Amino acid sequence: MNSRITDRIATGIFYTIAAIMVALLLYLFYFILSNGVPQISWDFLTSPSSAYQAGGGIRDQLFNSFYILFITMIITVPLGVCGGVYMAEYAKPGKITNFIRTCIEMLASLPSIVVGLFGLLIFVNITGWGYTIIGGALALTIFNIPVMVRVTEDAINSVPKELKEASLALGITRWHTIKTVLLPYAFPGILTGAILASGRVFGEAAALLYTAGLSTPTLDYGNWNPLAENSPLNIFRPAETLAVHIWAVNTQGLIPDIREVANGAAAVLVIAVLVFNILARWLGSVIHKKLTASK
Amino acid sequence: MAKATVNTSAEDRLILTNKNRRWDEVRGRSLVTICAIIMIAATISVTVFLAQKGLQSFTVNNINPIAYLTSTNWNPVGSGEASYGIFPFIFGSLAVTFLSALVAAPLGIGAAIFMSEISPRFGKKVLQPVIELLVGIPSVVYGFIGLVVLVPLVRDNLPGIGFSLFAGVVVLTVMILPTVTTIATDAMRSLPDSLRQGSMALGATRWQTIRKVLIPAALPSLLTAIVLGMARAFGEALAVQMVIGNSRDIPETIFDTSATLTTIVTLNIGHTTYGSIENNTLWSMGLILLVISFLFIFIVRYLSGRRKV
Repeated sequence: MNSRITDRIATGIFYTIAAIMVALLLYLFYFILSNGVPQISWDFLTSPSSAYQAGGGIRDQLFNSFYILFITMIITVPLGVCGGVYMAEYAKPGKITNFIRTCIEMLASLPSIVVGLFGLLIFVNITGWGYTIIGGALALTIFNIPVMVRVTEDAINSVPKELKEASLALGITRWHTIKTVLLPYAFPGILTGAILASGRVFGEAAALLYTAGLSTPTLDYGNWNPLAENSPLNIFRPAETLAVHIWAVNTQGLIPDIREVANGAAAVLVIAVLVFNILARWLGSVIHKKLTASK
Repeated sequence: MAKATVNTSAEDRLILTNKNRRWDEVRGRSLVTICAIIMIAATISVTVFLAQKGLQSFTVNNINPIAYLTSTNWNPVGSGEASYGIFPFIFGSLAVTFLSALVAAPLGIGAAIFMSEISPRFGKKVLQPVIELLVGIPSVVYGFIGLVVLVPLVRDNLPGIGFSLFAGVVVLTVMILPTVTTIATDAMRSLPDSLRQGSMALGATRWQTIRKVLIPAALPSLLTAIVLGMARAFGEALAVQMVIGNSRDIPETIFDTSATLTTIVTLNIGHTTYGSIENNTLWSMGLILLVISFLFIFIVRYLSGRRKV
């Protein structure tokens, strides 16, 4: 009898914990969206931010966030996928593989501020570039590579063994098997992982504060020459991203409408992350259905 | 085998492709090996460069490392003699890390048990996406909500000015909760069903099974989950920086302002001249962060080594 009552109580506690977590998420989303969405307007999204007056927007920050994300993924995805292929297919069990695995774990566990410090040291001071988009993207690459490697390795390991063995039994080389059998099968998994990683990169701020900087030069969106000073495409210009902007206006902002701008920016950021999440799930399942012809 | 047939265009083609494929294999293998080497190089260069830079305050500026770590007086530019003691920040970092883990661990493991033992369907359909979304919320957003909701709430209802160690702990708890839950859930789910069935067959209730059989069996993995959560709390910078108040003294109560290694580095590294003594002491803090995050990895490795036995 006694143990049955304790069992009931324990079950109740577990239900409470689960309810707390759901309530927490609901509250956070409710707070961000109910405060932020009213701030979002076409004007807010398309006007530049102001340093002193009210009414600034987030145009440049939004562009910078996507641009840095794009450059980061261009560097990270090939590196991470190749690294993952190496770990899944070529790495032989032994000291070297163990060492590489430790390296990946270490990179994955680096606090993002430490990645930012490394970026500040190498890509800002030693190279003499100053705060640049490419510096920020390279710092984010360090932060993102372990994720891509793990995602790729898991996706490749989840390919049925028969497929790989059949391919090898036909006399096809290992690399050709990887290219034509393993990678296509693992593609949905890798894509899902890459999009989820994008969400993480999109919201990252600590690694960018001192690599991509806290300011954006005046940009001319008509100027598409990537070498021009005022071109948005120039990768050697400083760029404040959306996440960094939220931090900056809250801790050192001088504008009178800090709350409004931060609310709006936070909502845009969270919606973007949400879209990345949903997109990842949806694309993953669609492609999986297409490739495997299952329903 | 193809050589048995008379030479036809098909055979030529086969030989041709064979050659191509072999060359292809070499190229492919070198490509992925280079990527693996890049990862090693990245890890080593992060370690070497940050170590070299972080040690400068001891080698170039002749700061006594022991005084640096144990002195409670952080006064880099104030009047009188400059003093570089970072103990208050080490204390702050450890305090937020352990306190937030203390709250997040039971909640996270509880949620994990709920998902694996109590209600797997609700867990998979509702709780799993909830946790994934919580992981996805960027840390500055957590910091921002802490700043505009939590800090005023603490100011109005509890002693102190709102910015406090307590606020930092609450924000970090929410941030590491999904990390702990995800890993703990994996640990609980990977337990063999025979354990549950065996215990149930002996007449144990579900709670007895959880407490006496499942939690002990999964303990190393559950500890790993907590350690990884602590690692995340320890390294978090911006969210904590926004709510903790950033004072340079050791807090007397949990409602006093405080500072951590990450928040001091975040605040000051941009404002100090590169190469100055104060700047170098900040790099040393970066090095300490690096060393401790490596330490967390070794603890995790030790725990997962135990799990295999």
